[in-house]
Amino acid sequence: MITLTVNGQMHEVEVDPDTPLLYVLRNDLELNGAKFGCGLGQCGACTVLLDDKPVFSCLVPAAALGTRKIRTIEGLPAALPAAFETEQAAQCGYCIAGMIVRAQALLERNPRPTEQEVRAHLAPSLCRCGTHMRILRAVRRAAEAMGGGVRDVAEQTP
Amino acid sequence: MARTRFAVGIALVCAAAIAAAIVFAWPPEIEKVTPPAPDSFDRYRVAEGEDLARLGNCAGCHTSDPSRPLAGGRALPTPFGTVFATNITPHPDDGIGAWSREAFGRAMRRGVARDGTHLYPAFPYDHFTRTTDQQLDALYAWLMTRRPIAGSAPQTKLDGVAGWRPAMAGWNLVFLREGAIADDPSQTPQWNRGRALVAGLAHCSSCHTPRDRFGAEDRSRRFDGAEIEGWYAPPLNASSPAVRPWTVDELYTYLRTGLGPRHAAAAGPMGGVTRALAQVPEDDVRAIAVYVASLMAAAPAALQDSPEPIDRLADAARAHPEGATLFAGACATCHEQGAPMMQQGRPHLAWGTPLHTDNARNTVAIIMKGLASPAGATGPTMPAYADMLDDRQVQELAAYLRTRFTDKPPWSDVQAAVTEVRQGEPK
Repeated sequence: MITLTVNGQMHEVEVDPDTPLLYVLRNDLELNGAKFGCGLGQCGACTVLLDDKPVFSCLVPAAALGTRKIRTIEGLPAALPAAFETEQAAQCGYCIAGMIVRAQALLERNPRPTEQEVRAHLAPSLCRCGTHMRILRAVRRAAEAMGGGVRDVAEQTP
Repeated sequence: MARTRFAVGIALVCAAAIAAAIVFAWPPEIEKVTPPAPDSFDRYRVAEGEDLARLGNCAGCHTSDPSRPLAGGRALPTPFGTVFATNITPHPDDGIGAWSREAFGRAMRRGVARDGTHLYPAFPYDHFTRTTDQQLDALYAWLMTRRPIAGSAPQTKLDGVAGWRPAMAGWNLVFLREGAIADDPSQTPQWNRGRALVAGLAHCSSCHTPRDRFGAEDRSRRFDGAEIEGWYAPPLNASSPAVRPWTVDELYTYLRTGLGPRHAAAAGPMGGVTRALAQVPEDDVRAIAVYVASLMAAAPAALQDSPEPIDRLADAARAHPEGATLFAGACATCHEQGAPMMQQGRPHLAWGTPLHTDNARNTVAIIMKGLASPAGATGPTMPAYADMLDDRQVQELAAYLRTRFTDKPPWSDVQAAVTEVRQGEPK
């Protein structure tokens, strides 16, 4: 039996201690926002927040969680998801939950990042459809909506 | 009368000694020059200089922001305080644009800046003093044809006596051996070329040799391995803890690609070194490999190869059950036997040197900071686990790895290594 706190709610699940957090989220808690991409910590589709830091949930064993606070796309405030929708930043959408969660961590820590900081921070999340420019626009839009804003933007939002 | 003459003699000798000390401790300023026009340099000279700059990995210290190459700013922790690498672009005020070839040569060989101030040996002029005039010409040509970038690095202010730069004259007097080393006629030209590069521009022993309390390389322990920037540069001599032989071919492949197929991937500061060596003439890397392999010719692995990797699965699981669980959930998808990455020919964890050194530093740093993919490759990166595992979990995992993949006693410094990496992390 493992106890974990996800989006402010405590859960008890019956899983092997070496089960990756991603499997627990998707299979046991039916939180299907985080995706299984590579299962090797290379693509970022499974990204969730662990104590406010973005991690690859496919590589975090359930036994490692302890009392740490887990947040998934399902538990995030509306600003980033809304901005991604407005900018139509998703094509196939597989990477988007991870992108949003990763961007949330940055904007919470630094509401006024530079364009370069945004790009470097999002780099571990891969997108194969190529909607990167829309993703960047969505992050800029969300940063403003959250009371900050990306400094020295690379292109003006139309 | 004789006595008076004797006293005058003594006084004169003392005065001369003081004058000599002053000249030595306060070298003269070298006149500023107008930055030479980039097209005044021969383009082949410039290309040669580019190769030499990569051999010396100048950018490793002098570039902190990739968009501002060679503009300095990187902080190098030393026991005497933090040294900031300076701007070596040809900017006339903030860089070295006003430096003549003579001023550049004096800095490289004697560690004295154009204005006469002493540089610190964090800038390895104790190695660069081995460079030839031709190499310095080429390096100067390359540096002076770079993009000038404004902005100075933070001022370096060291603690204690080291904070007073003229004191470095004394350091130089004791520790600096100026000039090239003579070829060893009993060795091949390739070996001699390798040694000249290793002892000179490549300055390998700057990281791989322990330093004494004056911050100088301990000559009696050359290539014995040393701690550097939170990592451990392993021994490159007969005490190499490698479990398989570092042959010339294996070293060549490792230095040029960042991955030794029979050992492991380059980690920490060595990653950048291999990315630079991937771009220099292959003869140079081959020569370095020949020389370095000869240094390790008497190492245990060179005398007897290990045919099979150690894998004490059951023992390790018994000794460190929590480590075994963490490994299964966090590491096994890449590193367990039969994992896709292993089937692509990545080396077994038991082949890497980090688990076999007598300190846990590199194992812990690799787990917590991860690894970039090897030079030129787009292939797998090792993710950083610092935010996924807590300190105690990293310790458990490191202890499990040591037990499972080596036959050596447990480490005693795992906790300290974890704490050190955690403290060195950007907040």
